[in-house]
Amino acid sequence: MKLPAFDYACPETLDEATALLAEAGGDAKVIAGGQSLLPFMAFRLAAPSLLVDLRKIAGLDGIEVADGEIRLGAMVRWRDILDSAALARALPLLPAAIGHVAHYQIRNRGTLGGSLAHADPASEFPCIAVLCGASVDVVGAGGHRTIPADELIAGPMETTLEDDEIIVAVRFPRWPEGRRWAFDEFALRHGDLAIAAVAAAYDMDGPHIAHARVAVMGATDTPQRVPPAEDALNGRAPDDDTFGAAAAAASAAIEPTEDLHAGAAYRRALVGTLLRRALAESCAREREAAE
Amino acid sequence: MKIALTVNGRPAALDVAPRTTLADCLRHALGLTGTHLACEHGVCGACTVIVDGAAVRGCLTLAVQADGAEVTTVEGLAGDGALTPLQEAFRRHHALQCGFCTAGILTTLHALLTENPDVEACEIREVLSGNICRCTGYIPIVEAALEARAAYRRGGDPAQ
Ligand SMILES: Cc1cc2nc3c(=O)[nH]c(=O)nc-3n(C[C@H](O)[C@H](O)[C@H](O)COP(=O)(O)OP(=O)(O)OC[C@H]3O[C@@H](n4cnc5c(N)ncnc54)[C@H](O)[C@@H]3O)c2cc1C
Ligand code: FES
Ligand code: FES
Repeated sequence: MKLPAFDYACPETLDEATALLAEAGGDAKVIAGGQSLLPFMAFRLAAPSLLVDLRKIAGLDGIEVADGEIRLGAMVRWRDILDSAALARALPLLPAAIGHVAHYQIRNRGTLGGSLAHADPASEFPCIAVLCGASVDVVGAGGHRTIPADELIAGPMETTLEDDEIIVAVRFPRWPEGRRWAFDEFALRHGDLAIAAVAAAYDMDGPHIAHARVAVMGATDTPQRVPPAEDALNGRAPDDDTFGAAAAAASAAIEPTEDLHAGAAYRRALVGTLLRRALAESCAREREAAE
Repeated sequence: MKIALTVNGRPAALDVAPRTTLADCLRHALGLTGTHLACEHGVCGACTVIVDGAAVRGCLTLAVQADGAEVTTVEGLAGDGALTPLQEAFRRHHALQCGFCTAGILTTLHALLTENPDVEACEIREVLSGNICRCTGYIPIVEAALEARAAYRRGGDPAQ
């Protein structure tokens, strides 16, 4: 369907942008890539009176891999993440997950800030941000604040952002040398939204797993960590038994969603299968690198 | 709103309502009906055009967002009227039947092959996941793209 009518502003500073949003009092929306907002407007799920385009505001792009942290500007596109050699070295889990986001043409416009603010439970970036304990820097008419990624996401398509707040950057803590990672997803077609996906990261403390983190998305109403699965990994050897136990713990712990594409029981089983497979692959990758 | 953009090498100054998508602007204001629209919400790829070198959804880009941009549509590929090597390859391999999806697939593959003339079949298939074709079964499209790589490797822009 054609889009509902709206006014359009393309400010050059964050101050102007937040002032426009504050003035409109909830009737305005930011537009970044437009790859989620415009379909929502076409379906009349959103009908803002004003769109505030971020494309001319300086300082919202850029991928900076520094010693302590990795900073990604809110307007960094999927395409930029997939093209970054520095990210592939420093946080390989991120490009691996983003490889499942949408299609070539959409990746040329879709941004990570838009993905976080849209908070679709089946989107990859918010899940990786939650898994990694990323911090989200936002600016509003009243100043700026930093929100942990898991506190930003409040529910399906729901965040704790105020109407006048704009995400400016996301910061990921740097990984220690040798951290292992896992990601796997099931979607009906490559690039479609996930029916379920899992992500994990862990260190090796001698022969044992330490600092394990496991997160699920697509199968639950928000991307979320799964502490029972993490407990099943920590202190154990990275073998099939351990991974099977973690998979069973994850399946048991989640409250799966149901929709047209899959029922709750199917999603519950899928999460276990994906997690076991992804964890096994995290070891196979290690062996390949060693050879 | 007043915007100025370059479409297929020619400057265009237009006055558009903010809600006009780039695809509608190209079709209705500029008469470039080679760009097709089907789903109008980002899933089919029929509306793909090239904006500043990148293939994008014409239905998920506002015309006002393309202010100042260089846009290439399917009409701009064969600039002098002769088919480009990619288009020739489509004809040779029967990579189109009804042709509804073809403009979006040609612009997508033109951007892809310009970026990477050595692209492998598996990546071509992944990229085509963003374009729906109800007729061909995709196999001849992949074959045409693989064959066209040679022309893009020879350097320059085979479409111009
Ligand atoms: C066919 C199709 C398939 C897709 N598949 C996937 C998929 O598999 N996985 C996936 O993750 N996504 C998928 N997407 C969505 C895509 O990744 C979007 O690019 C992304 O969700 C939103 O980014 P955007 O820059 O386009 O945001 P926009 O559409 O511009 O905005 C989305 C929302 O975020 C708000 N917003 C945007 N930027 C900011 C900011 N900096 N601060 C505050 N609020 C902001 C907007 O107001 C709006 O509410 C798909 C989209 C389509 C059309
Ligand atoms: S018309 Fe744009 S993707 Fe279908
Ligand atoms: S040729 Fe008919 S849809 Fe592709």
